[in-house]
Amino acid sequence: MTTTVPQPRSDTDSPPPGEVVLQLTDVVKTFPGVRALDGVQLEVRAGEVHCLLGQNGAGKSTLIKVLAGVHHADEGTIVWQGQPFAPANPQAAMKAGIATIYQELDLVDDLSVAENAFLGHEDRRAGFVRRGQMARRTREILARLGHEHIPPRRMVRSLPAAGKQIVSMARALSHDAKLIVMDEPSAVLAHDEVGNLFRIIRDLTSHGIAVIYISHRLEEIREIGDRVTVLKDGRTTAANLPARTTPTRELVNRMTGRSIEYVFPPRVEPRDTETLLQVENLTREGEFADATLSVRAGEIVGIAGLVGSGRSELLETIFGARRADHGTVRMNGKRITSVGAAVRAGIGMAPEERKSQALLLDEPIFKNMTLSSFARFAKGGFTAAGDERAAAEKIAASLELRPRDVTRPVRTLSGGNQQKVVVGRWLVGDGRTRLLLLDEPTRGVDVGARAELYQVIHDLAADGVGVLLVSSEVPEVLGLADRVLVMREGHLIHESPAGDIDEATVLDLVMAGSLMEGEPA
Amino acid sequence: MTDTVVAQQTPSPEAPKPERRQSWWKSDSAEPVRRNLGLVGVLVVLVIIGIVTRPELYGDATWVRNNIFTILQQASAIGVVTVGMTFVIIGGGIDLSVGAIIAVAGVWSTTLATQSYGAGGMIFTAIVVGVAVGLINGVLISYGRLVPFIATLAMMVAARGLAAQISGKQTQVSTNSTINGIATTKILGIPLLVIILGLVVAAGWVLLNRTTFGRRTVAIGGNPEAARLAGINVKLHTVFLYALSGLCCGIAALMLTSQATSAQAAMANLYELDAIAAAIIGGTLLSGGRGTIIGALFGVLVFSTITNLFAINNLSTEVQNMVKGGIIVAAVLVQQFRYKSLSNLLGRKTS
Repeated sequence: MTTTVPQPRSDTDSPPPGEVVLQLTDVVKTFPGVRALDGVQLEVRAGEVHCLLGQNGAGKSTLIKVLAGVHHADEGTIVWQGQPFAPANPQAAMKAGIATIYQELDLVDDLSVAENAFLGHEDRRAGFVRRGQMARRTREILARLGHEHIPPRRMVRSLPAAGKQIVSMARALSHDAKLIVMDEPSAVLAHDEVGNLFRIIRDLTSHGIAVIYISHRLEEIREIGDRVTVLKDGRTTAANLPARTTPTRELVNRMTGRSIEYVFPPRVEPRDTETLLQVENLTREGEFADATLSVRAGEIVGIAGLVGSGRSELLETIFGARRADHGTVRMNGKRITSVGAAVRAGIGMAPEERKSQALLLDEPIFKNMTLSSFARFAKGGFTAAGDERAAAEKIAASLELRPRDVTRPVRTLSGGNQQKVVVGRWLVGDGRTRLLLLDEPTRGVDVGARAELYQVIHDLAADGVGVLLVSSEVPEVLGLADRVLVMREGHLIHESPAGDIDEATVLDLVMAGSLMEGEPA
Repeated sequence: MTDTVVAQQTPSPEAPKPERRQSWWKSDSAEPVRRNLGLVGVLVVLVIIGIVTRPELYGDATWVRNNIFTILQQASAIGVVTVGMTFVIIGGGIDLSVGAIIAVAGVWSTTLATQSYGAGGMIFTAIVVGVAVGLINGVLISYGRLVPFIATLAMMVAARGLAAQISGKQTQVSTNSTINGIATTKILGIPLLVIILGLVVAAGWVLLNRTTFGRRTVAIGGNPEAARLAGINVKLHTVFLYALSGLCCGIAALMLTSQATSAQAAMANLYELDAIAAAIIGGTLLSGGRGTIIGALFGVLVFSTITNLFAINNLSTEVQNMVKGGIIVAAVLVQQFRYKSLSNLLGRKTS
């Protein structure tokens, strides 16, 4: 893998890559139960745009946080400008010249542009902030970014997303950063604003600043990137590929490949059964539009899409937890407009964020399992804890929940077992739930529990329960589902039987049709 | 993420667990019991201080019995309010208007017009006014999406104003012998006020621990989003919680009116603070989702025992308030300490 770009570049304002400024060797970072980084190699040169590519969960975010001083690497070496680099905290990383622009911009909405740009290192004298001085320097930086029209004293809250991003970049420049890490900067931008972002990036690199650029959109990487490093399962699978000329097929192959993580039970094709869920032209402004789909009894339908593509919002709207602007949701022909109606009609949902959306962490397992059904066990308003416990124990046994003691607080369970509690909630009461909506069912779940959850989902489908599943892990969708829908930027753009589509094609559809001309899908 | 490790350390389900019964005392379900015993310990200490400072009084068995009833009677109205407050706080809210609701319910039920309907009319008025004001709170919070603190703060101010308006800032004397008799009646030697407190506490305990209403309260306070996504009508239940608090205020208004044989706009001043403090030192989490009625009762008893202790020693209320403030801080510090040591324990297990 060399650094030379074999083809002449179409734009000439970027200088050739300079000396190596950042070198990562065999970097490892583990969290309890997860090896988030498992041997990462990365080399970044001054003045280049180095793209990081990888699926969700590949370790990109962890890597960024290690560079930003949020996490500390367990093993491996990081060399920054010739010195070993181990920032104690984000301030230290900033001081050393590494600035990070996160996807969710970390700006204070109720401070001014200048105050945000100089947050934490305000220009001051004798304890007083020199507001005039700061505004002047901010204006200079903004001019350098080509946005002198943004007033330094304006409140950040009133700026559009693109403007906020400029402020984030101004903050990076106020630190005199030599390396700027950008985590999906284009995700919040409209098409024409992306062009402006690229112009700024080219200007930065022409001054010798290195940029690490993360994006799911291959066409952007082709346009702005110099070299590409691909991560998969926390490892570097390819380093320093030329961004412009590496075939899409090769990039996608490096990102995918079968992983032992996914062990799917054999699929039993659903019989021709009745339609349970019928969604028509469902729309929520700014989230998703014109979603039409159906789920039959015993069928597993998977929606593949990136975070932010509107998939979670779609699921919650189907469940009645969000109000639709247009369109209808019908379960067995009955309109669903509230969570109560959805539950009564036999729909259950395991939401994306287990802890914040589904669980009472301090309450015992059985009370969590009966959270949606305790009223049915009750007699005359008095709860029947004994009956609830017995029902929960039955479900715990069938899901192989560990520990089996259902009086233990949910807090003490592992991620996988917590997820089983959430799914188990809808199984209490024997076959009341006819349709399960699963949002990222295996997020934060270890490998063993994953396989068990897959088995649970299959067993449910075999019992005639319809499943609508959302996951950002394409292999999971393909391995579990009978039918696959692809969602991108709020639209369902593709539908096909799971057997007729492969991972690369789905990934490609998910990442905005970036197949290069002349390359077969 | 540490959860994963904890679970991995737990024995496999096949392994027999004969030790479980032994360790119940240390288990999570015993946590409220341990906390309540802590409060009983505080009560015991307060009594010992009383014995040491006024040994001659404690030598007299009749005095001791009467003094216990004095403490309980002083605790009765605030105790009833605290039961309602505990529900609201467990449900993730706060009710700053309880004192003001008592004032409105008190003066409204003692106007000459209301008194002309007799004891039934007065009781009816106090209860309906309390529940109605609570309902307004609940609707503002649930459907008007006001923060509970703000909504009930506004109600606190407005209801006091209404009470002053109704009473013309005059003390309204109750001439109804049935109402006035509540405070002086004893059944089997136990003051009726104490019996009412006992009934409300018992009803509150059953409601919280044995009914779907209580389960919903814990659920919406512990994780409102999870409760909503489980199909619980969070907004409606929130309205009920504030109505329940209002109901308790109505009952307390009658009790106070009976004790003073009058009502006025300034009655039950700062009851909201006493009720919140009692609930908190009784182990109710201010962020919601956890709390006990018995703990709240002990919290009230600690406060009224302190008041009594100062009274029998002829000390000023100023000192008393300083000690009260100190006790609130100490109780919360102890809670935090307990949490820290608990998580330390878990942390040690995982490493």
